[in-house]
Amino acid sequence: MIAYRIDRRSGVATYLQIVQQTRQALRLGLLEPGDKLPTAREVVEATAVNPNTVLKAYRELEREGLVEARRGLGTFVRRTLGPDADTGPLQAELAEWAARARKAGLGREDVAALCTAVLDSTYPEGEDR
Amino acid sequence: MTDTDTAIEARGLGKRFGRRNALDACSFRLPAGRICALVGPNGAGKSTLLTLAAGLARPSGGELRVLGTTPAEARREIAYVAQDKALFPQLTVADTLRLGADLNPGRWDQEAAERIVHGDGAESALDPYAKVRGLSGGQRTRVALALALGKRPALLLLDEPVSDLDPLARHQLMGTLLAEAAEHGTTVVMSSHILGELAGACDFLLLLGGGRVRMAGPADDLTAVHRLVTGPGGAAELAPHTVIESRPHGRGQSALIRPEGPVGPGWECEEPSLEDVLLAHLRNPSAPALLAPEATVRDLAGTGVQA
Repeated sequence: MIAYRIDRRSGVATYLQIVQQTRQALRLGLLEPGDKLPTAREVVEATAVNPNTVLKAYRELEREGLVEARRGLGTFVRRTLGPDADTGPLQAELAEWAARARKAGLGREDVAALCTAVLDSTYPEGEDR
Repeated sequence: MTDTDTAIEARGLGKRFGRRNALDACSFRLPAGRICALVGPNGAGKSTLLTLAAGLARPSGGELRVLGTTPAEARREIAYVAQDKALFPQLTVADTLRLGADLNPGRWDQEAAERIVHGDGAESALDPYAKVRGLSGGQRTRVALALALGKRPALLLLDEPVSDLDPLARHQLMGTLLAEAAEHGTTVVMSSHILGELAGACDFLLLLGGGRVRMAGPADDLTAVHRLVTGPGGAAELAPHTVIESRPHGRGQSALIRPEGPVGPGWECEEPSLEDVLLAHLRNPSAPALLAPEATVRDLAGTGVQA
């Protein structure tokens, strides 16, 4: 059984925290195809979040094709999430860029601010793909 | 008209105590099945609204419909836990639940009531033979909530339900409460000062201030229509928008606004949390009221009327 941990101060929407923690469990192999997710009731009892929030998270996971709801049985994992194959070269480029930024005298926060600005313009509000 | 998808509907609701208006011309609608946070400063009218909805007092003006009928007629379907958690001190915990069973023939759910009294494990379980008189404030709260949930209400009204519980007990009880509510489609209204605690648990919000409705609607909708903006421009640049709260931020300005159209370039925009929205409205009592369409009372034709 996966145990969701909700951080109310994180600024990340609660349903998104559930989605992200499920994805993370899939990446780490803590959940495999066929495994059952906790029922909404179980999540609500353990975390005291609104039931609709849990259902919204599960709908999102279903939309992504990661899980499927089987009527009367529960929600089950459909496929696993391996690390994406093409992130390697991207990470290398980013590391090179970060090294250049550091050499130019930028601190960690300067770099983080730059990244956030670029992310915000590349992925406009509400778009995560 | 019977309206099964509405739990509470107030039209011009008022309640007067002597010369003071505890509630004044309140109009809003709470859809059924919601978990609603009832918030507002002290004296806003929260407890008054709950007593009216529970049918324990009569409005001085306007109309209040609960579960499609009058509060008095809906009494059997309503459970109400007052702030002072009225119980019989000389009864034991088990006796109190037995009384609940006797008073609610045909609908009493002993298991649900016992789940609340037993809590999460042996350590937190209440002794069924302990007298209510000897229980701590937090334990009494659990007995009162057990009585309320055992009734299997369609509408559960809770006045400051968890304020005297320790953080762990509060978390557990809230979890059980929400799970029970989800399973039976119960509409829950809870008043509280603890915004953070409610923010995750509630999906609907009713903010009262000075006896009036200041904000009402689904939590997601209320945060979605607001933006936290930070920028180098002066307050005048935000003039086209409804500014709820604005503060100087270095040489620029930081504000919570309801955007009316696109925000000018140079402003950093983010969606606020429910707590941000609430605090900004509490700090600025003159901010214009906001009723989401879902929280707006409907006329007989079923179209929305702005309050």
